[in-house]
Amino acid sequence: MSRSAASVERPGVLSAIADYFFSHPQRLTILLLAPPLLWIGVVYIGSLFALLLQSFYSFDDFSGQVVHEFTLSTYAKLFEEANLQVILRTVTMAAMVTIASAVIAFPIAYYAARYARGWKKALFYLAVMMPLWSSYLVKVYAWKLVLAKEGILTWLAGVLYLDGVLNALLAMPVIGGPSLSFSYIGTFLVFVYIWLPYMILPVQAALERVPGNYLEAAADLGADPGQTFRTVIFPLALPGIVAGSIFTFSLTLGDYIIPQIVGNSRFFIGQAVYTLQGTAGDIPLAAAFTVVPMLIMAVYLTVAKRMGAFDVL
Amino acid sequence: MSDAVRFENVSRHYGSVRAVDGVTLSIAPGEFFAMLGPSGSGKTTCLRLIAGFEQPDSGEISIFGDNVGGVPPYKRSVNTVFQDYALFPHMTVGENVAYGLMIKGEPRADRDAKAVRSLEMVKLGGYGDRRPSQLSGGQRQRVALARALINSPQVLLLDEPLGALDLKLREQMQEELKTLQQQLGITFVFVTHDQSEALSMANRVAIFNDGRIVQAGSPSDVYDKPASRFVANFVGSSNVLAPDAAVRLGGDAKWTSLRPEKIVASTVAQIAVGDRLGASGFIRTLNYQGSVTRLTVDCDGTSLIAAMPSGTIEMKPGDRAYLSWPRSAMVTMSGDA
Repeated sequence: MSRSAASVERPGVLSAIADYFFSHPQRLTILLLAPPLLWIGVVYIGSLFALLLQSFYSFDDFSGQVVHEFTLSTYAKLFEEANLQVILRTVTMAAMVTIASAVIAFPIAYYAARYARGWKKALFYLAVMMPLWSSYLVKVYAWKLVLAKEGILTWLAGVLYLDGVLNALLAMPVIGGPSLSFSYIGTFLVFVYIWLPYMILPVQAALERVPGNYLEAAADLGADPGQTFRTVIFPLALPGIVAGSIFTFSLTLGDYIIPQIVGNSRFFIGQAVYTLQGTAGDIPLAAAFTVVPMLIMAVYLTVAKRMGAFDVL
Repeated sequence: MSDAVRFENVSRHYGSVRAVDGVTLSIAPGEFFAMLGPSGSGKTTCLRLIAGFEQPDSGEISIFGDNVGGVPPYKRSVNTVFQDYALFPHMTVGENVAYGLMIKGEPRADRDAKAVRSLEMVKLGGYGDRRPSQLSGGQRQRVALARALINSPQVLLLDEPLGALDLKLREQMQEELKTLQQQLGITFVFVTHDQSEALSMANRVAIFNDGRIVQAGSPSDVYDKPASRFVANFVGSSNVLAPDAAVRLGGDAKWTSLRPEKIVASTVAQIAVGDRLGASGFIRTLNYQGSVTRLTVDCDGTSLIAAMPSGTIEMKPGDRAYLSWPRSAMVTMSGDA
């Protein structure tokens, strides 16, 4: 019996489905994309839109009811002294945390990308990722103990005769306080600890993609190590730093647990949102507060793009 | 005048691997010097030693008389064209070319003007504002060349610069590089594994094997008088004859190289006259290669390859062929493989 090549029979439903999608690749794409698109479109964008809508309503202080009429008065409330303080405090903290994370993360990421091989690389990933495997709350409470007046840091400062330095630090206006765990310094330290992996990993990925011969080319053309860093390594790592800073910055902007557990009792944006939508029931102002970090991130990314941070991507 | 580059018994080891093993060489100023060898033969390591990316474990390297031991790459007056060009992706073509001048702190206007001229020199005038990613392989190659030459190096190092280009472009670039080198008078040191490239471009060729230089000389020296079995096989193709086979074919009892193109094949028996030697046998294979056809002929247990201009002979496998060659074509050499 002769068989032409075009009519090789393969039995089975799966085979028929495979054949169908092979000849209709576009339908396969649609099938694959439909669930995630529905999720993003309805659940994600939808709820975001609902949030945005709420921010244009207002809250009646007397009746305790949300007034469903479009107004900008809720946004105007953001500019009241107390609310503006919350925004400023949060943004400053987020900026400081981001800068500190970048400064600490870079050498670690650089070592991992350029020098670590084999088990050292495995150890690097383990060390960076392991904190992410344990509960966030446990870590924050652990830090509260570390930073407490009776905690190990204060004790260590005493042993090293550095308690003068610690006290001077705590005596500083604004960032100081009765102890590390009741000061912005403490809040800052915990934020940096918690978000650091989110900075290290993208920076490491960016540095990993810089071929060694770019560094050789720079040296060959007369650049000493410092010049090579400024003109080649840093610009090429910038997309990674920006990616990492999106994490550290926006996560700090939105967090409401850390400042509640470690720090003085002054509000950050996250806490303000939490309190407004819960106890106070002022959903419109809570929504307006939520829009602030989104706007800040949008501006930040626009500026980063203008600066050419994504040119190499 | 001192040598442009001088190696004095230089070695570079990686663990137990001797990448460069006691190399001594001198490259004269203005020379177009090729380092030729198979991969892993140490030629690229030698280039990196000149550039300063590697330091020798023993021996001395000097560039124009200065001992460069411990001198980092950024303090050496040599520049490199990298194998994959290593153009900076976050800079425009113009910024890439002007990079060395920027590092030296030249004012922007000066270095921009020089970059424009440098790009014109490599026939890329007007490409300064593009990104390296927008260029073809051949164009990137030229940018890499301009970026190196703008610094007026004393020695230009080229690491397999034409390896990634297609044949036509490669031949064109070979010509251009040669012309450029003659115009500028800069010493070029060129690493390649392509023997035809080395022969066509260089004034002098050093052939590397296992971390050592096995022969150095002009291209015709190296081709016509291979010093060892390795050179005869690596540079071009050759009938490498063991001592006993050489004797049977009328030569001396030594390892002997006989280039295929020196052999004339004919269907009619020829009388050996004067200093011509001959052999005959049956044609095993005919290999048509365009301009030449290569015949493999079995001559009493020794198979000889002859290269004849295509179309000059009408033969087919199994035919009897009569081969002849001048006695001088049999070059004796060492048996080192």
